[in-house]
Amino acid sequence: MPRENWQVEHLLRRAAFGPTAADLVTFGDAPVSTVIDHLVEYERQPDDVDSKIGQSEYVSVTTRGGQFSPNTNIDDARQRWLFRMVHSQRPLQEKMALFWHNHFATAYSKLTGAYNAVQATKMMALKPGDLPGPPGQIELFRRFALGNFRSLLIEVARDPAMLVWLDGRQNVRNRPQENFAREIMELFTWGVGNYTEQDVYAAARVFTGWNLRNATTGGNADPATYYEFVFNAAQHDPTAKTFTFPIYSDGNRTIPARSAADGMQDGIDFITALAQHPQTARRLARKLWNFFVSELEAPDPAFVESVASEYLRNGTEMKPVVRHILQSEWFSNPDRWFTRYSWPVEFVVRAIREIGWAGFSVDTARTPLTNMGQTLFEPPDVNGWELGPGWFSTGAMLARMNFAATLAANQRFNVSRATTSYRTTPEALLDFFLFDRLSPAPFDRQPYNDLLSYLRAGGAWTGTETQANTKTAGLVRLIVGAAEYQFI
Amino acid sequence: MITRREFIRDGVAAFTVGFAAPAFLSEIALAQGARTRNLVVVYLSGGNDALSTVVPYQDPFYYSRRPAIAIPAGQVLQIGSDSTGKTLGLHPRLAGLREIFNQGRLAVVQRTGYLNSSRSHFQGTDIWGTADPNAPTGLGWLGRYLDMLPAPVNTLAAWNTTRETPRALMTRTVSVPAIPDARTYSLSSPNSGAEAQVERLAATQIASHVAINRPHLSFVNGSIRGALDTLDRVATVNTYVPTVAYANNGFALALRTVAGALARGIGTKVFWVQTGGFDTHAGQGVAGGGAYANLMGTFGDGLLAFYTDLQNQGLLNDTLILQFSEFGRRISENGSQGTDHGAAGVMMAVGGAVRGGIYGTAASLDPNPSNPTLENSGADVRYETDFRAVYAKVLDGWLGADSVPLLGGNFRQDAPAIL
Repeated sequence: MPRENWQVEHLLRRAAFGPTAADLVTFGDAPVSTVIDHLVEYERQPDDVDSKIGQSEYVSVTTRGGQFSPNTNIDDARQRWLFRMVHSQRPLQEKMALFWHNHFATAYSKLTGAYNAVQATKMMALKPGDLPGPPGQIELFRRFALGNFRSLLIEVARDPAMLVWLDGRQNVRNRPQENFAREIMELFTWGVGNYTEQDVYAAARVFTGWNLRNATTGGNADPATYYEFVFNAAQHDPTAKTFTFPIYSDGNRTIPARSAADGMQDGIDFITALAQHPQTARRLARKLWNFFVSELEAPDPAFVESVASEYLRNGTEMKPVVRHILQSEWFSNPDRWFTRYSWPVEFVVRAIREIGWAGFSVDTARTPLTNMGQTLFEPPDVNGWELGPGWFSTGAMLARMNFAATLAANQRFNVSRATTSYRTTPEALLDFFLFDRLSPAPFDRQPYNDLLSYLRAGGAWTGTETQANTKTAGLVRLIVGAAEYQFI
Repeated sequence: MITRREFIRDGVAAFTVGFAAPAFLSEIALAQGARTRNLVVVYLSGGNDALSTVVPYQDPFYYSRRPAIAIPAGQVLQIGSDSTGKTLGLHPRLAGLREIFNQGRLAVVQRTGYLNSSRSHFQGTDIWGTADPNAPTGLGWLGRYLDMLPAPVNTLAAWNTTRETPRALMTRTVSVPAIPDARTYSLSSPNSGAEAQVERLAATQIASHVAINRPHLSFVNGSIRGALDTLDRVATVNTYVPTVAYANNGFALALRTVAGALARGIGTKVFWVQTGGFDTHAGQGVAGGGAYANLMGTFGDGLLAFYTDLQNQGLLNDTLILQFSEFGRRISENGSQGTDHGAAGVMMAVGGAVRGGIYGTAASLDPNPSNPTLENSGADVRYETDFRAVYAKVLDGWLGADSVPLLGGNFRQDAPAIL
């Protein structure tokens, strides 16, 4: 059966990682509102995806010397996250975790330089309970995927990975350190142009003493060792901090002098002011427009105001904001289908979900993802990845085509077997892939004919198994490596 | 309800762009000249601490404002003094650059920047990339140069060795290929032999259609065509055997690739190379060692290997290397042996045609707010030479272009005579 529930498919591409054949059975006839509920109210779905790692009906992971160590080995952490994206029953939670990973972009390599691979992986990806220590940063993003943004900001300011990444661990009273102070304003909240150098100085003083400590006695190579946030009152600057913008609702621009012991409240006050500022609301709205609605049009000002007011009215809660977007005309407008450039991980996960994964390891995708420009846990800088057209340099596009070839070759027999009743003509085979198995944006007639010509090239169409094995793999590679497949 | 099949078959009529055969492209490459001049841009990403690169080692405020991280006067590699008599020395890990300086082929342009310098990495990078401090969202300064090259343009007229296309190389017409490593720049297929060839041909055909109502598809198709058009020529670089040993790091290996492209006569006019880690808010290192010394080692050793390789091959006179960073850093160190975001920085030019020496004058680091060589109440170095004047010199004096329309103004009169 060709897929025809376009609106649901659009929703599953944007707010999830694309539909599998099973999803189409589940949701094929469902009203859009039901699917939105299913995605947004994800706590109702089981959170048991990790327990399926290693089971034969799911995509594989690659072990090293028999070990799979996603809490202490970053490559395994990458495998675990890819596995979750392919199979989670809470795909919007994973999708928002990806959004926050880009928003609060933190790179593993700086952490490992400071604390070695075991501690750095724990800081990025420790699953609560697997080993002693606070949850890794990605678990924070998962926990707050659709949570309260102000609370998330406070947690990020105390997050061990962030304290290393933006040097907060070394922010001391005598000569404050500006790295986190600048970026929380420039990149995490309201953006450049809203603050001055004086505000950067003041914000740096606010976060003096927000440091990190080894909470154990072990060395860094010991998986039981962990680091945690500490408010170091002796290193906090207790004097008043005055900004060029209001910190308090009465318009007061000065965080008052306080005893050092109470000094953490400075940061809470400052973060609260940033989180609740209308400019932060608008900046988040613009980023969410690009993430969910379109990258081909600048954010509609009416959308920005509507989403920003939803955010502020709900006390910086994200769930009503994202629900509001998914239910809006801005989102559902058919002119905006396939107007978002897929991120490399979205491309890879969607391809695996649509082509198949039996006997395929997500580890195979790691190097290709790097060549496509997206190594998970390793964004290029604190501004995150260069999105949209920025993903599509020649080298990165070549990596996408080559991944399509790798996956098509790997799944050759599985895919070919599925075409048994579609081999009568090249047209029937092509239509099966374009309309049933894969979900590319529409092909115009000329490239459609080129795909047919490919099937016909090299001898008459016989529909034998041998021919199908060859041609289906080549066809899958051509469709998945085409421009039409790069958009969601 | 419209069905999927109907939607596709009714797609708006598209047209097809011609795509050149590889042999034709090789002729273009030859015509555009293996021996034409080329520019290699070296970007130190993160905001290079210029005061640690070119050290004003007799300024007492350099030591009083940087008690932990200042480089001891006895360790710097002296390069003489500027026109105001201020003595300067290179970082101790820049022995290679000092050697080039002594050969008269390194120009150091101090205090480069612009009015109201941005302290944001991303805004700063965009300003340096567009050469437009007021509206840094458009095409790149080198992209605009590439756009005005006469057609047909060699698809390898520019070569970006990083994965993301930098703002400076953003073009209106032909997009710049991103080739971090020539060895992995190849095409694979699930099949082999003739079947793989048929598939490659089909991919080329599919990407040659222009969906007129979907320019974003055409953009991606442009990348696909760019990749397929350049594969075979890039492969010729893989067999390049350099005349010197390059270090095993990304920067040196990118320079090795550039040397290979030059030696093979690919005809590339602009290369982009970068090395990161310069956002040294903490742990910059003390006594001339540590993290910053490692950055300088990567930069200086890589550049010396490249310089020597080109010299050995007789290619040095065709090559100009231009180094920049998005900003310099604050003069005073912070409490974590680092420096935060500042203002003016240092640019360098290296090449066979470079008139070596020290250009511009060093700042006085006296924190007195009325010190005219500083800004932000004495916290940061104020620019003296507009970076666009250096760009103007490169465009006019090296690439043979007209800098006035490309930079949106005449910056020639202030250009240092580095060429």
